[in-house]
Amino acid sequence: MKIGYYPGCSLTGSSREYNESVVALAKALEIELVEIKDWNCCGATAAHVMNEELSLSLPARIMATAEEQGLTEVVVPCAACYNRLKMTQHELKDDDKRGRVTEILKMPYQGSLNIINVLQMLDVYGAENIKARVTSPFAHKVACYYGCLLVRPHSILQFDRVEDPQSMDSLIRVIGGSPMDWAFKTECCGAGFSVSRTDLVAKLSGNILKDAADRGAEAVVVACPMCQSNLDMRRGAINKTLVQPIDIPVIYITQAIGMALGIGATELGLKRHFVNVEL
Amino acid sequence: MMEKNHNISDLQLHTGVEVMRCYQCGKCSAGCVLASEMNFPPSYLMRLLQTGTRENLDKILNSNSIWLCLNCENCLGRCPMEIDIPKMMDYLRTQSVRENKLHPDSKPILAFHRSFLDSIKHTGRLYEVGLVAAFKFRTFRLAQDLAVAPVMYLKGKLHLFPEKFNDRKRMKRIFAQTIENAKKDNQ
Repeated sequence: MKIGYYPGCSLTGSSREYNESVVALAKALEIELVEIKDWNCCGATAAHVMNEELSLSLPARIMATAEEQGLTEVVVPCAACYNRLKMTQHELKDDDKRGRVTEILKMPYQGSLNIINVLQMLDVYGAENIKARVTSPFAHKVACYYGCLLVRPHSILQFDRVEDPQSMDSLIRVIGGSPMDWAFKTECCGAGFSVSRTDLVAKLSGNILKDAADRGAEAVVVACPMCQSNLDMRRGAINKTLVQPIDIPVIYITQAIGMALGIGATELGLKRHFVNVEL
Repeated sequence: MMEKNHNISDLQLHTGVEVMRCYQCGKCSAGCVLASEMNFPPSYLMRLLQTGTRENLDKILNSNSIWLCLNCENCLGRCPMEIDIPKMMDYLRTQSVRENKLHPDSKPILAFHRSFLDSIKHTGRLYEVGLVAAFKFRTFRLAQDLAVAPVMYLKGKLHLFPEKFNDRKRMKRIFAQTIENAKKDNQ
């Protein structure tokens, strides 16, 4: 199986363990990832807060490049990039906006790409196929944390249930784990305020971790680099807001599945976390 | 009355949001994770908009509420009338910058966004070291993340140099035709 790949900036820098685990897992599942040539940043929150046309042009260049390359389906592991690309595709169904953006880009744009997240890629590949390859079952009780950008706005993304999503929970069951019911599945971690308002991120992420820990989670499982870095890299700041410090690790779904498939810790980037992963 | 309607119709023209559809159920404020930090929560902001007065619009543009909105979209997900508050927030923030009505809380947030965009304008992809350096320079927060950065480096999470990106000319053009163009219109 061959599929287009847009890693995005986080996955080449501060969240490179997400990239490493996506690549290692794809290899194990015989999925060939074809990276979009000379891709640019999607603009993230900064672009759409500051200027609408910029926020549409940056993802449009990425998608126009992928189309030029002959790709039809692109997997986007970063939830923020996934959200920006899907939202842009939606906005550019408007003829005026599409006209203006293609004029800025000076590139043709069809809007025909199928943009999917990592959970959808694994779903397309098939839960049964993954199950058949499990060598060391992931026997842990975990909290699957989806965050905002994978599931909202539902009317456009059309992915999973908006209040109580299940796709990650199902994958955890497939590899032998126990996902739990908890209250913060889709609450915001503070996202892009990590640098500008670390105090607010510590408070919001602290609420999330506390609920997971109180219910006995051994780990929090995520599919977004911003969620991961806020819950993991900001743990020092988070623990200062809590009475009892929390030491449960925050891992990517691709790392959890990789572990169950017997892929090594280094290959999955498990040694790059701030909070040690001892599962 | 003319002036009153003008404030709302401008917003509706740019965002498609009909503020009159809001019937003040308060679900947006109940679900907003930062409502308690805001000068006023989203449902109150909707009510201010419904009055259509310049005075109340100014109150919004001067507030920290529009800057603390994380665009997590929880309000939109739960709104029985499907009012796109996050999209409206984007518009209100742009207006607040344009009219120079920035709340002091907006400063570090705006500084971050500007540093972020500068980085991708010059290098096509986000260069995290450059981003944080520019942010510190803009905000004089020199001590920020001094404890986290060395660990990130040791864990292999920091690039010391920007990634290679070839199509820089088009990137410059995109910025010139969008955000820089808007600035010129404003002057």
